[in-house]
Amino acid sequence: MSDLTQPVIATPAPAKIRSQWWDVWAQFRTHKGAVFGLGFLIFITLFVTIGPWLWTVEPGKLDIRNKDVRPIYQVLFDSNAKVSWNHPMGTDNLGRDIMANIMQGGRISLAVGWTAMILAVFIGTLIGVLAGYFRKADGLLMRFTDLVLALPLLPLLLVMMLLFRDPLRASFGPENGIFILIVVGIGITSWMQTARIVRGDVMALKEREFVLAARSIGTPSRRIITRHLLPNVLSPIMVSATLGLATAIITESALSFLGLGFPSDFPTWGKILFDSVDRMTAFPERVIWPGLAISLTVLAVNYIGDGLRDALDPKIRGL
Amino acid sequence: MLIYTFRRLLISIPTLLFIAFVIFMLLELAPGDPMAQMPLTIPPEVKEKMRIALGLGEPWYVRFPLWLKQFFIVEPQYWIDSAFGTNFADGKQRIISFQSRSPVFDVIAQRLPQTLWVVGMSYVVGVLIALPIGIISAYRQYSVFDQAGTFVSMIGFSVPPFFSGVLLIVIFSVQLGWLPSIYDTTLVVRDWATFKQQLMQMVMPVMVLALQTTATVSRYMRASMLDNLSQDYVRTARAKGMTESVVVMKHVLRNSMIPVVTVIALGIPAIFGGAIITEQIFKVNGLGQLLILALQGSDIPMVMTITFLLAVLIVFMNLIADVLYGILDPRIRYE
Repeated sequence: MSDLTQPVIATPAPAKIRSQWWDVWAQFRTHKGAVFGLGFLIFITLFVTIGPWLWTVEPGKLDIRNKDVRPIYQVLFDSNAKVSWNHPMGTDNLGRDIMANIMQGGRISLAVGWTAMILAVFIGTLIGVLAGYFRKADGLLMRFTDLVLALPLLPLLLVMMLLFRDPLRASFGPENGIFILIVVGIGITSWMQTARIVRGDVMALKEREFVLAARSIGTPSRRIITRHLLPNVLSPIMVSATLGLATAIITESALSFLGLGFPSDFPTWGKILFDSVDRMTAFPERVIWPGLAISLTVLAVNYIGDGLRDALDPKIRGL
Repeated sequence: MLIYTFRRLLISIPTLLFIAFVIFMLLELAPGDPMAQMPLTIPPEVKEKMRIALGLGEPWYVRFPLWLKQFFIVEPQYWIDSAFGTNFADGKQRIISFQSRSPVFDVIAQRLPQTLWVVGMSYVVGVLIALPIGIISAYRQYSVFDQAGTFVSMIGFSVPPFFSGVLLIVIFSVQLGWLPSIYDTTLVVRDWATFKQQLMQMVMPVMVLALQTTATVSRYMRASMLDNLSQDYVRTARAKGMTESVVVMKHVLRNSMIPVVTVIALGIPAIFGGAIITEQIFKVNGLGQLLILALQGSDIPMVMTITFLLAVLIVFMNLIADVLYGILDPRIRYE
């Protein structure tokens, strides 16, 4: 059986200069906002990954003598401001370098965002495909999805943070424990939209001739799903993945902002923002930098999603 | 339609029971002990008695039905009693907060007006801003106004309320000193001066929450208007010689509002969730702040009740959205 399907799969694609993904990229490039967004996302990713190697200041290092240094541009407004080229973005009330903290915090925020998004998309795709493909599972799974959608998610997420914080911290260490908790918490509370979209698309695709053809030559369900259905629902999955990344970053920052995220010696963008709110009258830059980082990253991701939606839609592409 | 509504109401009962059960079991797993704040010198047997006094002595399958009974039967009885001076409740046990030892619903009743004022106001303002933006954006598609509208709504989606709120405080309270950064809930509106003060302190929280609403609703409004503007009946209306304003504001707008109304109904629970963060920023002592305080103090009955009330709101708004859709759009028939 697999011998029969093998030649079809193994047939080398005709030597075309323009592949499908090249078309997608060409369309994507026409969306200015999306290109800017992608550029900014790459920039911020490099900033937080490579940055700490170039800017080798320890983010948690206390330096009381150099506390409350203002960012370097303050000289322009006030020549007496306490600034230093050693701390271009300034330091906080314990003398910790803000730029190093933003880099370190960005690592955590982006890592949480990506992992939580991958988890949510995985769960959503799994449930969506199962519900769309197997009619028997459909009623149960979609009823379950509706139930989860009716839950007040932010309060429940807060409850989860509070409840499982100590046990997970005890078993995985303070940093990994909270990381796992936040990622799993965000993941299992944001898969529902993906599941609904994937289910709808799979249900429509299932009735198409190519799936019928695949089934008529005896392809097992598992292979129909992986070979024929999943590649066809890839574009809505990718679009909802970008939205998921944006919401995951915002949710993590919101949890940190409410004081229920990572411990305070462990910076994330939301945490830095939260810690600086008390002194924002004297040092507004300390809230603006992390807030700007969150907002611009999410804005960039949203624009990428917008561009991807157009680029992956074959009706629009190529016009 | 009436039968459909009735059936949906019936379905929502098991849904709500299940949600209550999920929340209850999640809280049941709580390692957070309400006795943790008590002095260590209290002997263990006294501590045990205190736990029983808090109602923690029984297993969950006794306490969960008890909570349901208190929530659905006893509390409405008290409510009716206080409204009509009857005596249905007859001194039955109410849901008591661990922290304040007063009935949960009394505390919620104290906090609700502040939240309703800020949240309700921001939702109304947000929708009122969003509708014209959506209409004009669609009518002048790809114009400068449309591009700007798209950009603003993108910002509304992307800037989290805890940053936009803080940014507003930095600009308008710290730098310019125009608006107060803290919401004073003890303020009583008596005369023009206090009214002005109330207005000033509401501007920022309302704008922060309204930005989120505006972003969502204006996108839907624009998409829905665009769908309708290209329909044949619009061409017919124009061919009949109707003025542009009648075509757009009467024919197209009415048809476009159908999906938007449901989106507005569905967005109400979300904005209550957003209020949790906004209240924290502007120090509004509303429901969101109450929830955070209760969470930090392991006040299980309070957390349970507030979370469940939010779930009721979500289920109820879903129901309203579906029913509204059926009423407004005669093409939709629920069998």
